[in-house]
Amino acid sequence: MRAPRSKAALAAVAAAALAVAGCAESDRGDDSGGSKKDTLVFGVAGDPKVLDPSFASDGESLRVARQVFETLVRPEEGGTKVSPGLAETWTPDATGTTWTFKLRSGVKFHDGTDFNAEAVCVNFNRWYNSKGLMQSPDVTAYWQDVMGGFATNESPDLPPSLFKSCTAKDATTVDLAFTRVSSKIPAALMLPSFSIHSPKALEQYDASNVSGSAEDIKYPPYATEHPTGTGPFKFKSWDVANKTLTLERNEDYAGTKAKLKTLIFKTISDENARKQALRSGDIQGYDLVGPADVEPLKGEGFNVLTRPAFNILYLAINQKGNPKLADLKVRQAIAHALNRQALVDSKLPPGAKVAENFFPDTVEGWNGNVTKYDYNPEKAKQLLAEAGASNLTLRFHYPTEVTRPYMPNPKDIFELLSADLKAVGINVQPIPLKWSPDYLNATTSGAAHDLHFLGWTGDYGDGYNFIGTFFDRPKPEWGFSNPALFEKFKKADTTADIAARTEVYKELNADIMNFLPGVPISHSPPAIVFGKDVTGVKASPLTDERYSTAEFKS
Amino acid sequence: MFRFIVRRLLQLIPTLFGLSILLFIWLRRLPGGPETAILGERGTPEMRAAIRRNLGLDEPILVQYGRFIRRMVRLDLGTSISTKREVTTEFLQRFPGTVELTVTAMIIAIGIGIPLGYLAARRRGQLLDHLSVGGSLIGICIPVFFLAYVLKAIFAENLGWFPSSGRQDPTIDATRITNFFVLDGLLTREWDAAADAIWHLVLPGLALASIPLAIIVRITRASVLEVLGEDFVRTAEAKGLTENVVRRRHVLRNAMLPVATSIGLLAGGLLSGAVLTETVFAFSGIGAFVADSISQRDYPVLMGFILIIAVVYVLVNLIVDLSYSLIDPRVRVR
Repeated sequence: MRAPRSKAALAAVAAAALAVAGCAESDRGDDSGGSKKDTLVFGVAGDPKVLDPSFASDGESLRVARQVFETLVRPEEGGTKVSPGLAETWTPDATGTTWTFKLRSGVKFHDGTDFNAEAVCVNFNRWYNSKGLMQSPDVTAYWQDVMGGFATNESPDLPPSLFKSCTAKDATTVDLAFTRVSSKIPAALMLPSFSIHSPKALEQYDASNVSGSAEDIKYPPYATEHPTGTGPFKFKSWDVANKTLTLERNEDYAGTKAKLKTLIFKTISDENARKQALRSGDIQGYDLVGPADVEPLKGEGFNVLTRPAFNILYLAINQKGNPKLADLKVRQAIAHALNRQALVDSKLPPGAKVAENFFPDTVEGWNGNVTKYDYNPEKAKQLLAEAGASNLTLRFHYPTEVTRPYMPNPKDIFELLSADLKAVGINVQPIPLKWSPDYLNATTSGAAHDLHFLGWTGDYGDGYNFIGTFFDRPKPEWGFSNPALFEKFKKADTTADIAARTEVYKELNADIMNFLPGVPISHSPPAIVFGKDVTGVKASPLTDERYSTAEFKS
Repeated sequence: MFRFIVRRLLQLIPTLFGLSILLFIWLRRLPGGPETAILGERGTPEMRAAIRRNLGLDEPILVQYGRFIRRMVRLDLGTSISTKREVTTEFLQRFPGTVELTVTAMIIAIGIGIPLGYLAARRRGQLLDHLSVGGSLIGICIPVFFLAYVLKAIFAENLGWFPSSGRQDPTIDATRITNFFVLDGLLTREWDAAADAIWHLVLPGLALASIPLAIIVRITRASVLEVLGEDFVRTAEAKGLTENVVRRRHVLRNAMLPVATSIGLLAGGLLSGAVLTETVFAFSGIGAFVADSISQRDYPVLMGFILIIAVVYVLVNLIVDLSYSLIDPRVRVR
């Protein structure tokens, strides 16, 4: 009796599986035909961490924030210059410490409430009055990076706040006062972390209630389920189990409405898997394209966009690591030993350039008249001999298992650089380390190391964001103290007049290249790719791509 | 029977306790900490110190362990350092994916492996035998991630028959109840969603099934061959019983015991294969999440994961032991 029954069951299961499989196939077939497509699935490398950009500093959270929220000022499309956002104009007063923003009228938040000067002040006061866990550096990283501290600092490590007060003069005029002049204003206000949220939603979903214990931070519902801004897309859902985040068009958007009805970010952490998903049609675009894939994808007809290079790859020389490295001649010898042009030509994506300053030439203050260190192995040998360092041995750290926008293939870069160094008689002791956390730990915390390479992608278009980050005070990564240089940075940061400040940056770039704490190597353009039939997106050096202009060719 | 189960479950407590101490010390001794992963190349020493302080990592390890145990007693696994969500929530959202994937792989492996192994044994020395033995050798040798890549390249990227990534087409607006997507689709009668979820399971399931399938074929074949040579089979055949009855009552039942043992062990081993398969297919399960957590030094996630795995392992083995008694009544008597 049992045999027939189990056979019948087996047959039924098989039939059901076939039927289900068949209907799944027909479902998939249906998507391609019919009317113009209005849903874009975009592949991203990681899940966003939090949907309230006030608490975010990772690229994937900020990417979502840029579609849902708007800031007072924003980068020009495809560039780095400050251009209008929620504010139409912005002007400093005579002292340079108070800025008046004229706001756009008729803008509404996604929850239907009005955007106005009051709302701006609610937001700035919320950040400024952060308490408890909101003062943790991993919660409010960008606020602390730009503004320093808070109304009441709870930790002695925090510097005084740059932000002073916000005054709503009328519905469309708001004054932001600062405690001193800073090079960061207004450019830093373009950061998505300064996005303006709906005051009603902030209150309704308890947005400032970051709870838990210090080791166990818990974000309020606002930050995970209810981000409410004024942007062209509204948050719809975040399906963590399926690694997808869905946004939908804001039908009441004050500007040009998004062409897409639905925008979905799908997390595919493996770079190769993103490429395959694009080819198989699972997704219609992805970011962080491998440099080696740029040409093949173009050849296949995909829409590969190249972002203007807004980054730097540098070789850092740690002067504390080895006493010989404190000798300028030795550092110069290292600079002359490196064939950076060959590196750029053979290992970096098309469009990459040899770096002359520690920031790209699109940033104000770039200086073409700095000391240049051409590839000259003979001179390098001679300098080493003069410094009595002919038998130099250097511990050279390089990272494994990582691709960064400025550094597609660290091992190849290491091999070329170390071959150059060996050619002038420097003994290289290779130290490969896993990128996170070993490499980052070893290089940025000043553990015993001589050479390493690392880089930076700019957050906004001000020179301080590059060179200030590296050299404005003693850092274990470089292991030197140069008070004259540090003083000049202070001057640059507090110079209100932009033209004058640009001059200081030019001087700083010249000083840095004379002092030579390390060797700037290259600027590489990162790529982003869209499907063959997707148009309308302009690549941004700040990764501020606007998906609202994306559309499918009919 | 009941006492047997309770005893096995009680054994879990000292096991987990010892394991947690070892893990706690080992994880904290790994170079680098979560602060590096959080800050990336942006970290200044002050910021790193502040984060360590906030996470309580600057305190003596005993204090940290005490806090961990206090939380564990409340069954609270803490908050993930990298995602900032509760570890329990993260696991509940991702475990179903891995379970669906491993169950799919086991269905494929058992569903094909046992009949194939049996047939190979019955037709020893014939073409089918050679094919299945040779095929299983290849199955064992090919790394899971390589097979995953090949399957994906052929059937997703080139032919486009199957999706290449994820657990479900994100354009399907599916309702989530249990996060078992197939089950959710069936419960909510969203047939499209269920079918799509099954469709997403085929390639990763096949990739993950390769090794257990190969092993099950070999063990079944060997086991059936052994039983076929036993006296009682010859006796049964000599009694004139039909081949069907001999096969079912005498051969298969007796041959299944070692197979069941190996299936239990394979099920545990599948989790390591799932890490690779999930990464290749961007499948949102526990494997890919843990792989990320290791590089992030996300201590709470790693602790939680390993402790849960220990529990799962013990439970799987318990089920295997219980299944013996169903297959072989002699075990029950003992």
